Amino acid sequence: MCGIAGIYTKSPALQARLGERLARMLEQLSFRGPDSAGVAFYRDPAPAGSCKVSLCASDPACDWGAVAAELADAFEDASAPRVRASHATIVVAAEAQEVQAWLAAEHPELRRMSAGAAIEIYKQAGPPAEFVRRFGIEELDGSHALGHTRMATESRVTTEHSHPFSTGLDLCLVHNGSLSNHNRLRRKLVREGIQFHTDNDSEVAAGYLTWRLREGASLEQALEGCLQDLDGFYTFAVGTADGFAVLRDPIACKPAVMAETDEWVAIASEYRAIAALPGAEDAVSWEPEPGRVYVWGPTHAAHAAGPDGAAGPASPHGPASPHGPASPHGPAGAARRAGAALVA
Amino acid sequence: MAIPDATREALVAFDLESASVRELNQRLHDAGEPQRVRVLGPGGRHSIAVGLNGEHEVEIEGHVGYYCAGMNQLASVLVRGNCGVGVAENMMSGTVTVEGSASQSAAASARGGLLLVHGDASARCAISLKGAEVVVRGDVGHMSAFMAQKGTLVVCGDAGEALGDSLYEARLYVRGEVRSLGADCVEKELREEHAEELAELLERAGVEDASPHEFRRYGSARALYNFHEDNLGSY
Amino acid sequence: MRESATFDREAIAEIQRAAREGLYDIRGFGAKRRVPNFDDLLLLGASVSRYPLEGYRERCATDVTIGTRFAREPLHLEIPVTIAGMSFGSLSGQAKEALGRGASEVGTSTTTGDGGMTPEEREHSRTLVYQLLPSRYGMNPDDLRRADAIEVVVGQGAKPGGGGMLLGHKISERVAAMRDLPVGIDQRSACRHPDWTGPDDLEIKIEELREITDWRIPIFVKVGASRTYYDVALAVKAGADAIVLDGMQGGTAATQEVFIEHVGIPILAAIPQAVESLMELGMHREVQLIVSGGIRTGADVAKALALGADAVSLGVAALIALGDNAPEHDAAYRALGSAAGYYDDYQAGLDPAGITTQDEQLAARLDPIAGGRRVANYLRTLVLEAQTLARACGKSHLLNLEPEDLVALTIEAAAMARVPLAGTSWVPGVSAGV
Repeated sequence: MCGIAGIYTKSPALQARLGERLARMLEQLSFRGPDSAGVAFYRDPAPAGSCKVSLCASDPACDWGAVAAELADAFEDASAPRVRASHATIVVAAEAQEVQAWLAAEHPELRRMSAGAAIEIYKQAGPPAEFVRRFGIEELDGSHALGHTRMATESRVTTEHSHPFSTGLDLCLVHNGSLSNHNRLRRKLVREGIQFHTDNDSEVAAGYLTWRLREGASLEQALEGCLQDLDGFYTFAVGTADGFAVLRDPIACKPAVMAETDEWVAIASEYRAIAALPGAEDAVSWEPEPGRVYVWGPTHAAHAAGPDGAAGPASPHGPASPHGPASPHGPAGAARRAGAALVA
Repeated sequence: MAIPDATREALVAFDLESASVRELNQRLHDAGEPQRVRVLGPGGRHSIAVGLNGEHEVEIEGHVGYYCAGMNQLASVLVRGNCGVGVAENMMSGTVTVEGSASQSAAASARGGLLLVHGDASARCAISLKGAEVVVRGDVGHMSAFMAQKGTLVVCGDAGEALGDSLYEARLYVRGEVRSLGADCVEKELREEHAEELAELLERAGVEDASPHEFRRYGSARALYNFHEDNLGSY
Repeated sequence: MRESATFDREAIAEIQRAAREGLYDIRGFGAKRRVPNFDDLLLLGASVSRYPLEGYRERCATDVTIGTRFAREPLHLEIPVTIAGMSFGSLSGQAKEALGRGASEVGTSTTTGDGGMTPEEREHSRTLVYQLLPSRYGMNPDDLRRADAIEVVVGQGAKPGGGGMLLGHKISERVAAMRDLPVGIDQRSACRHPDWTGPDDLEIKIEELREITDWRIPIFVKVGASRTYYDVALAVKAGADAIVLDGMQGGTAATQEVFIEHVGIPILAAIPQAVESLMELGMHREVQLIVSGGIRTGADVAKALALGADAVSLGVAALIALGDNAPEHDAAYRALGSAAGYYDDYQAGLDPAGITTQDEQLAARLDPIAGGRRVANYLRTLVLEAQTLARACGKSHLLNLEPEDLVALTIEAAAMARVPLAGTSWVPGVSAGV
């Protein structure tokens, strides 16, 4: 049980302050998630042919400089490490798969938190406020970011058990809820070659997505697969290279609120996290429908289309007050989806 | 009920950016006389104006979190914004008006009084309803009126999946489309007495742009009232 | 003739019943099959290494305070034995009144049930815990404010994951009115709360209840024993003042037989999980633990407290004290196809003892004052027995009993209770050694 937060920026000004904004959201979500916190920021993309890895060392005296130097030797080049508390990000002039394989072989003691062009995952057990402080989250900029605060249900409170879970290059998952068939599914995924480091149900969901994507499914298809293959209660937010995706299970008991202004699109488990964002009072807000995959990003067209191409679904929240668009129904619903699109 | 004039004077202002929800609630609980309070800066906070027991008038300027006006008795609460889960849950009497939209479980197990939502209400609107009246000008989400026992739900827009699943004796009126009906919920004839009841409720709720005969009535088929092996498919 | 252990008489009879009726069997009472329980534990009385206390003169105190974490007005109980939640509806009004009288006489609490608070119960219980259940039958803020504590029911031991059930013949006019249901229907209760799911949202719900009651009274969270270690941690994180933990042997008014017998874990196995979880959070004795599910004697009380509970709660035992399954009703039970000592058809509402019925004539057989006296006698006996055992272990307060005062008779009980097998230092799963 947990808190989810996410911000997708539409303006450069907001990009510069993304970390501050997300930190405020995490603060509001720390009551429902007191055990640990984590974030995935999409920022500072590595050049083509390179990748960025986010690593975590349990040894506080880890010599990141030495690790970076070894990487520079093994591959053409590697940047100096950017260290945040127990984590460091390094840009390496090689494809992510090779770098990850090298790290697994040469430095198994380092936990590989994320890999890709832009993604940086940081996470830690302990109170969210402390995480924000120790990792300097407020300094971070970026195009979009996901955050998570955790209340552990059936697995331990450790850093590995924290979210976000990496589920592929520039892909990560955060989860609010509790799955009920994750143990058998984990065993099946292990046979398929997916690695797990915890007994956490959310990690299984992340592993499931990784597997489906590896086998050629699109992100939308993989998320649709969740509806079939995962049992239990979930609000998932998935960070992608250029945006994020959201899915709620068909029963949809766990909360999810979305909101949008000209500056941002946000998701949170509770509205009060969104209330912490500038312009929230005038935002259009709505709740994602159960059992429906939503994907946001600049590559998706700025209009709503249902699965059969007809006009959008049952309308989202549309305040009839001075604070938002006039009517909840009809074309206003489509306009609200500027910057977002539903999966066809 | 018409939305109160925003220029009304003599309301005590209470700013939740500087004072706490605890103080607001305690003050309203302790008041011997009905209070008129304007609450500023609610910022999505939870449990605003819960457990009120008196003819207070509370106007909240902005969005609220969970359980706003929970277990309300006699008071009039107005939310000029959206509300989170469980607005007016277990309300006993009084009126709660939401100018924006409401999240899940609006009026959950509410026993009396009126909840009016100008925008949409989300999933599980009027779940476990026990006698209150709920009027939603927009849409309601899935599993609305689940196990609703008593009272009335009026939806001017559309209803989501599984409307009225396991319904008891609550009355449901929907003007728009019902995506699907839940177990034991069936459409019923909207006769004159229902039209009159609906007209009276719409008028009290200040809904002027809908007339009773645009609605369809839904109620319990009462087939699940007693355990029977023929109903196993529904369990 | 040789009976099959797999298809024994009971299994055969049940298959034949199912073939006839096409529906699951519904009954009351708790799990009937033998599971590891407190009988499998023994207390280590004083000898040479430890000294006992003299009876009477040397005090063994019994008081306990529940709800110290957040509430301004925690409950002060004179004995660490309470009466568990049982609804008016499942029980007659006379039974509820008798329980209130008995509990009040000895300075402890009763609990409402899945039907709301009756005026008789509030009047006759000096300390009344008000349950908030998924059904919300009868829930109202006036009763909330009149309650001495609130118990948020997530589940009960007889059916963790299930909801309430009351069959048509017990939905009398009064019960129907209290629960806002048509008379005579079979009540189907929800198994999840209508306005929160999960401990993260439970936290917000608990806060709402505190706000409504001005943070005055304690808020308990009740769970059926299942994944107890996690459930307790989550209840603590959600803000509970106390946790009520009901083992699989716990009774019910009506539920499917398969649910009663096959879901949940024995209270013996659940208590150590709960205590471990509380200790890890630094909350043992800060968030009080009340346990139930097959408590019968003062020995059970002493052993439960020794394992780390702050108090125990009685359901079925209290009904038996009232007169349930009493020999004087044997002929009446036989007329119903049962017998004294076997009767478990609480769901039918035909109880000749007048306890689990809404029939006015049957209920009138139970005199609340006499019944109250019997309950008080029984509660006093439990406490005297527990004190006797505690004094023999050198304890001047019942809550000073500890796990090291216990040993187990079987390997299963040793493993579940996490105490050594008698005569050894072996705790299966925890330590090696003989």
